[in-house]
Amino acid sequence: MNVALDFTAILNDQYLHYFVTGIQNTIALFVLTWLVAFPLAVLLTVIRSSGIRPLSWLIALYVEYHRNVPLLVQLLFWYFGISSLFPDGLNDFINQHNTEFIFALLALVLYTAAYMSEDMRSGLRAISKTQFEAARAMGFGFVQTMTYAILPQVWRLSLPPLVNQTLILFKGTSLAASIGVAELTFQARQIESITFRVFESFFVVSLLYLAGSLTLMFAGSWLAQRYKLRTR
Amino acid sequence: MLDVVQQYWPYLLFGSYPNGPLGGFTMTLVIAIVSLVLTFPSAVLVALARTSEVRVLEHAAFLFVTIVRGIPLLMLIFWVYFFLPVALGTPISPFWSLILAIVVFQTAYLSEVLRAAIEALPKGQTEAALSLGLSYFPRIWKVTLPQALYNSIPGILNQFTSMIKETSLGYVLAVEELTYAANKVNNFILVKPFSVFALLALTYFAVCFTLTQLVRLLEARIENRFTRVAAA
Repeated sequence: MNVALDFTAILNDQYLHYFVTGIQNTIALFVLTWLVAFPLAVLLTVIRSSGIRPLSWLIALYVEYHRNVPLLVQLLFWYFGISSLFPDGLNDFINQHNTEFIFALLALVLYTAAYMSEDMRSGLRAISKTQFEAARAMGFGFVQTMTYAILPQVWRLSLPPLVNQTLILFKGTSLAASIGVAELTFQARQIESITFRVFESFFVVSLLYLAGSLTLMFAGSWLAQRYKLRTR
Repeated sequence: MLDVVQQYWPYLLFGSYPNGPLGGFTMTLVIAIVSLVLTFPSAVLVALARTSEVRVLEHAAFLFVTIVRGIPLLMLIFWVYFFLPVALGTPISPFWSLILAIVVFQTAYLSEVLRAAIEALPKGQTEAALSLGLSYFPRIWKVTLPQALYNSIPGILNQFTSMIKETSLGYVLAVEELTYAANKVNNFILVKPFSVFALLALTYFAVCFTLTQLVRLLEARIENRFTRVAAA
């Protein structure tokens, strides 16, 4: 390999803003998705466990769809397919506000919420029936039982898979590049195609991803330690 | 949607074969199967390295798994596709770039599945093998692996489902698999994006859902065998 490595060729005033925009977009996509997907997942889990038949079937269908179709296809489906059915007014609105970002956000939120609700559901199933009965015996209604007795335990049980899912989401934001969101992976390709500095550009971006992922992994294992179920 | 199927099913299923290169859904399966076949031995090696008592191997395997887990697959695909030809001095076709990237990526994940299976074996198995005087390789080959691999069949199939979904990233490198074919059909028809992408999602769903249901059945079967053995 006779390629002279020169990181100053891409880490200078001319190209640095590509990285900065990339980091901003990746983080924005990641954080926004998580903030919407997590409450949505909690809601889906609770509704599904409430045992209202048609509703829980619908949610099961929703979860299975998102688990068995590639994320890339989901992104393309929203961006090219479903958007064509939107009323003109809605499409006009979206087109005025960073179209690609909105569709990427939409697809990622629905995808992540499906997986997270499945993680929480298996946490929920691991909780013994007596916990529900005890809460009932104390005179708690469904919502109170959930918020005071069940969800705090579910949260602890499903923490490791949730952290894992968060990591998958972080890496999944890279797929938004395929519909043209200017996040890190997209910017790496931009810089690479302008400067021909393949190694340098991919190396910097990979390091950035790795830094993000490792932070999430460490934070996750710290949280898992902190919130371990100690009662068993 | 049906008219899309009627008109384009040969292309979506086989690509331009037999008058041109193979593509479409068959190509998706080919890529996934070749990837699995190549991933399996390397994942076994990494899993053995991680469970071995040789410190250097253990650390190297851990480092490999952590780094791969921290980088998006799309980034890995770009490394293989854009950088490897520069480093090696020979071009690599998009087909093999995709496979190679999936193999590296899945080796990390599959090795974790196998490691869990190896570590889940009762300690008595290793001790019994040791007391029979078996050295490392016969012990691994005749005692550990046959049991660990059998128990991880559901896990391996799960990873295979992931691989099928990951082949959709071939779209980014213009590998002629299903997602790429569907996109081409969409560009051809232009006025039915919803039908085309819904059909695409449905196809992936049908395949992956069948596989995940199969995994569920196998899991139950293997667990039953365990309880039978424990009861006997």
